[in-house]
Amino acid sequence: MVLLALAVLPAVLPSYQVSVVTQVLIFSVLAMSIDILAGFAGRTSLGHGAIFGVSSYVAIYWSSTLGGDIWIGIALGILAATALAGVFAALAIRTSGVYFLLLTLALGMIVWGVCLRWTAVTGGENGLRGVGRPAFIADHASFYYAVLIIVAPLTWLMWRLVHSPFGLTLRGIRDSESRMRSLGYNVPLHLFVAFVLSGFFAGVAGGLYVLFNNFVSPSTVQLSQSVSALLMAITGGVGTLLGSFVGAAAIIVLENAVSAYTARWPSVLGIAFVLIMIFAPEGVVGRARLLLARRRSRSSKPDHSGG
Amino acid sequence: MDRRRFLKTTGLTLAAGTGVLSAPFVARAQAAPIRIGLMAPQTGVVAAGGREIIDGFSLFWESAGNQVGGRKVEIIVEDDASNPDTALQKARRLVEQAKVDMLFGNLLANTGLAVANYVKGNGTPYFIPVIAADDLTQRARIKNVIRAGGYSASQFSRPLADWALKQGYRKVAMISQDYTFGHEQCGGFAQAFTEGGGTVVGQFWHPLNTSDFSPYLGQVAGVKADVVFAMQTGADATRLIQQYASFGLKDQIPLLGSQNATDQSVIRTMGAECEGIVTSAHFAEGADLPATQTFVKTYSDKFSKIPSLYAFSHYVGAMWVAKAINAINGKVEDRDVFLDTVLKTDLPDSPLGKPVRFDDYGNPVYDVVIRKTMKNKDGKFWNVPIGGYPQVSQFWKYDPATYMKQPPYSRDFQGIKKT
Repeated sequence: MVLLALAVLPAVLPSYQVSVVTQVLIFSVLAMSIDILAGFAGRTSLGHGAIFGVSSYVAIYWSSTLGGDIWIGIALGILAATALAGVFAALAIRTSGVYFLLLTLALGMIVWGVCLRWTAVTGGENGLRGVGRPAFIADHASFYYAVLIIVAPLTWLMWRLVHSPFGLTLRGIRDSESRMRSLGYNVPLHLFVAFVLSGFFAGVAGGLYVLFNNFVSPSTVQLSQSVSALLMAITGGVGTLLGSFVGAAAIIVLENAVSAYTARWPSVLGIAFVLIMIFAPEGVVGRARLLLARRRSRSSKPDHSGG
Repeated sequence: MDRRRFLKTTGLTLAAGTGVLSAPFVARAQAAPIRIGLMAPQTGVVAAGGREIIDGFSLFWESAGNQVGGRKVEIIVEDDASNPDTALQKARRLVEQAKVDMLFGNLLANTGLAVANYVKGNGTPYFIPVIAADDLTQRARIKNVIRAGGYSASQFSRPLADWALKQGYRKVAMISQDYTFGHEQCGGFAQAFTEGGGTVVGQFWHPLNTSDFSPYLGQVAGVKADVVFAMQTGADATRLIQQYASFGLKDQIPLLGSQNATDQSVIRTMGAECEGIVTSAHFAEGADLPATQTFVKTYSDKFSKIPSLYAFSHYVGAMWVAKAINAINGKVEDRDVFLDTVLKTDLPDSPLGKPVRFDDYGNPVYDVVIRKTMKNKDGKFWNVPIGGYPQVSQFWKYDPATYMKQPPYSRDFQGIKKT
């Protein structure tokens, strides 16, 4: 039903809002890729903005600077992002908790530094400009559908992943690494594969972002990108996967709506996060699930006692 | 506010539509206000400059009664957060949702380049009084991007190099922020200086937000230069000038700088350490010209500070575009005519005090002033003209076509002539 509602959106919304929804879809993929690690493997990454951005850089460099085909560029970008995730994973999976967070943060900063300083390739501070979207997805509505067609199966894939035996193993690792190890599971390998897959999804998001933004600069790979994607996952609810859609929508729509009224919009966002953390630390979707479960158990109680 | 405006316009359109079905579309469009989207960083690293962009821009429109070409002017300000991605998003919102007729502003080159790339696709006129990236009006020119009131980075450093040669300086050391704006300004200086017989004895690139310049200044002192060229913006400029003085270099080697190195936004809070630095620009707030002094006084009275480059160039940019809109009686909807008219418009009576016009590439040709920081009668430091170069274009003395065959300035290519 949600899918149906998403399918008719361009018919009822003005074109700018359609582009905002497109942006929400793209960032949902990035937030979900973080959620795979944060919510299911208990590893909160602050390096995903860099993985996402590297995909964008490679795609734009290929299509704009080298004059190659945009689709091959995006494929190469996703490949590069996956490979980078492999490197990050190899270095970071043996750590957990705050050490994992700091290590991914540092790795992300290295990528940012390279993008900023390697002027000959990355254009430095000024970034790289793309060649624009191919004609058949040039307007907002058709691009929106194209993104939807890619994001829907991708979401299903991630959903399957976290609910597969592999995903259950990840959850086991999250809850007790030592128990999983003593049960005979190869913990580092599971984490490595999870990180690489997560990097692949972040790379796809980066590829879509190229088509959307047509521009990449160090601000795409900087820490705030990782943080904002993580906040989307947290706002929606870590470990809910689909909560990322709610989180991305909440943050992007709030940004757009509030900034039209006040220059102090970052403060408003900040206050909103604080409130969410106080009143719904499990995220919007997580909170809703809890409430729903509580109501269900309350309404089912009389039945039990009566029967 | 947006929703109310939406309801109002929808209501009006519906009323107009049902009432006078035969009313020509043009007549209705003419009555509607001209909508201008102004993007300025109100948050982030350059928020202070962004504030002055808004002040300078709105000061002009207030003086014009918020009207031009017989139509009201509505200005919609958006914060680009000093971030190119945010700038793009705001540009999209202004063009696609707020339906502005033109865009103005942005401060950082990367935000301007991002927005320029976006308007390339949809033709929205975009005026950039501060964005100085050379190629926007050179190798990568976009027809609807015009530098009204602005300049290209290497434009002013070439006449300064020529002036330095005439003073007898032959060996220059350059110290600059390590990013495109710095590479381009230094490139202009280095090329003109070496082609005129000088040598570059050292170029020192430091990262943005350098707090300690001692490693660089030590090297500058070691290369036996007879003049130093400094290219910094914002707080980096303040720190460099202070440390240049406190290391005792100020009394040994004369300091030249880019326009932004001694802009009011930098020297406003400084004392004697900034005295005597020579820079080049299209504007000197201390120029003894009636138009300049009227502007400086109006601005200072209103905002209690001497206008900076950001404020001044947005005032001039707005004035320039407004004159063009008047010439076409407010018909900005016909973009081709509008853009052509802007390019053909000369501005004789701006705060610059000298007439200015555009070259064939959408970049203004200025009478460049060589200026020196001096104390004014209120005890504040400002830039006073000590020389001038009439009619300097972004191509200096080169032929545009030949010039554009050389690569753009970068850290690796500084146009230095080999001897």
